[in-house]
Amino acid sequence: MGEVRVSGLGKAYKQYPGQWSRLAEWILPAGKPRHTEHWVLKDIDFHLRAGEAVGIVGANGAGKSTLLKMLAGTVRPSCGEITIGGRVAAMLELGMGFHPDFTGRQNAVMGGQLLGLSLEEIARLMPQIEAFAEIGEYIDQPVRTYSSGMQMRLAFSVATAQRPDILIVDEALSVGDSYFQHKSFERIREFRREGTTLLLVSHDRYAIQTVCDRAILMEAGRIRMQGDPIEVLDYYNAMMAEHNHQRIRQETLADGHVTTISGTAEASIVEVRLLNQRDLPADTVEVGELLRLQVRVRANAALPRLVLGFLLKDRLGQAIYGINTHRLEQPLEHLAPGDEVTYCFSFPARLGKGSYSVSLSLSRADSHIDKNFEWRDNALIFHVFNTGKEDFVGSSWLGANVTITRHP
Amino acid sequence: MSLTLTRALWRYRGFILGSVKREFQARYRNSLLGATWTVLQPLAMITVYTVVFAELMRTRLPGIDSPYAYSIFLCAGLLTWGLFGEILQRGQTVFLDNGNMIKKLNFPRICLPAITVINALVNFAITFSLFLAFLALTHSLPGWIILYALPILLVQIAFATGLGIIAGVLNVFFRDVGQFVNILLQFWFWFTPIIYSTATLPAAARPWMKLNPMTPLAQAYQGIFVYGKTPQWSTIWPVAVLAAGLCVVALLLFRRRAGEMVDEL
Repeated sequence: MGEVRVSGLGKAYKQYPGQWSRLAEWILPAGKPRHTEHWVLKDIDFHLRAGEAVGIVGANGAGKSTLLKMLAGTVRPSCGEITIGGRVAAMLELGMGFHPDFTGRQNAVMGGQLLGLSLEEIARLMPQIEAFAEIGEYIDQPVRTYSSGMQMRLAFSVATAQRPDILIVDEALSVGDSYFQHKSFERIREFRREGTTLLLVSHDRYAIQTVCDRAILMEAGRIRMQGDPIEVLDYYNAMMAEHNHQRIRQETLADGHVTTISGTAEASIVEVRLLNQRDLPADTVEVGELLRLQVRVRANAALPRLVLGFLLKDRLGQAIYGINTHRLEQPLEHLAPGDEVTYCFSFPARLGKGSYSVSLSLSRADSHIDKNFEWRDNALIFHVFNTGKEDFVGSSWLGANVTITRHP
Repeated sequence: MSLTLTRALWRYRGFILGSVKREFQARYRNSLLGATWTVLQPLAMITVYTVVFAELMRTRLPGIDSPYAYSIFLCAGLLTWGLFGEILQRGQTVFLDNGNMIKKLNFPRICLPAITVINALVNFAITFSLFLAFLALTHSLPGWIILYALPILLVQIAFATGLGIIAGVLNVFFRDVGQFVNILLQFWFWFTPIIYSTATLPAAARPWMKLNPMTPLAQAYQGIFVYGKTPQWSTIWPVAVLAAGLCVVALLLFRRRAGEMVDEL
């Protein structure tokens, strides 16, 4: 139960030069095909184990939604095979195909029936559906009066009223407010603990990194890469900034981490070192310890302007702190090919326990989207321990003091 | 083939019946008179035709002198035509209208025309039972022979359903079909002996009328309700065969194009 196997899957849409040629193809018995096939998805192979959570990322038009639609069974594949073990609940875009003139309750009943529930089961689940959707009296109003967030809440409540073996969610959750997003993700996590297989399309990096075991990156209708969510998302991020003459490569560092490097290579990072106060490489860091990030950079072409930035990310890939020399008002100008520079950022590691990664970017201006010489995710990793300070929670140490006054 | 479809319909019977109910409710949700409108519409039409044809133009049915005869004649043809027209007209747009649902939910698509047909039958049952009540009040009920209307109805429903599904599938790919069906229905209505009797037509036109598959059906209803006559089964058989053929073609076409349909919506 809950297993999904996809092999050789592809989808082509037929394109006709005009309606008359479609008619000709339909009715002329010996006619040659008059359409051209437009392949939006090709050679898709993957396998989800029961209970696995997989995120699908990719640019718009990469074929993510088409893939989910085929898994959900609304779009018929042109070739290939899908084997699905168990009951599928799918939320494809907004509204779950609600009928605008029916009330929320009627739509919920209809949706439940289409999920294969009986009227008795739906009646039993209804209080729970209403409670989770939190749309109050609107449940008895026609759905056309709903906001998009309300529609999504109701749709999600109905689709997840009973734990499915496989849950497919396409972007839909991004419509809700953050309160409902949290609530829905909590329910998704609960399902996962009980063994539901999850397939999620999202542009929300945090959602994919926190919920998924694996990510699949799609590009132009094919699977470009699959694997650990953080690595895939780093690669995707680099791909997004991709312009002409850019290469992306991933290297495995000595400690087993994968670093993603992309850019035009007009400037490159020669060496990165994180040092503590005794000038030793800082793999492990005490809370509050003063650190120096030393980066040696070489210009490979004549550069009118060069900005180096670094970004600290926590274990889940969330940005903790980032700064660059543009914002520190020290951009370099007029570098000749072959010039080498060493940057040294110093900062106290007022961070919480855990591991952190350093990403680096060499660019012309504030953002690497403009002109990306080199972007390096996971350039190095360090771990923060807390032996000297009081035990605290969270990712930053603010060193709070307390004064207590007793009132007699 | 039809077995899988039948099984799918049975498995989703809850959804189909629920949808019929919801659609019925939704249609009159914001109206004061509610389901009364289902009755008022054909009633208005019958009144207009009765006044225009029976009173103003003095149309008389040959051989019958009852004051209600023409109205009954009219109802027998008009109400059943209404059922035929509704199935065909809503059938041709059923996939387009439910495109949103088809694209987002996975369910047997054959449920949609089934909902349309049942919905039309519900409306028909309401108006037709009123017609029967009218017959009872005016002591014009034809007696047990009325049961002969059932097989005729069955043939007509099959005919309309077959045509409706064919038009519905084609309409997804060629929107011309929808426009064409609407025009066709107008001509078809006046080409069928519903508000006139074939007896009043010039002899030259009569053989042409026989080519219209709706003619024997309308005549059968009129025969039952106005004259208390058994239908001429020999004229019904060809229509029944045609209806069955259309249903087979409809199912084949539906099977063949159901997948592609989603791509076009």
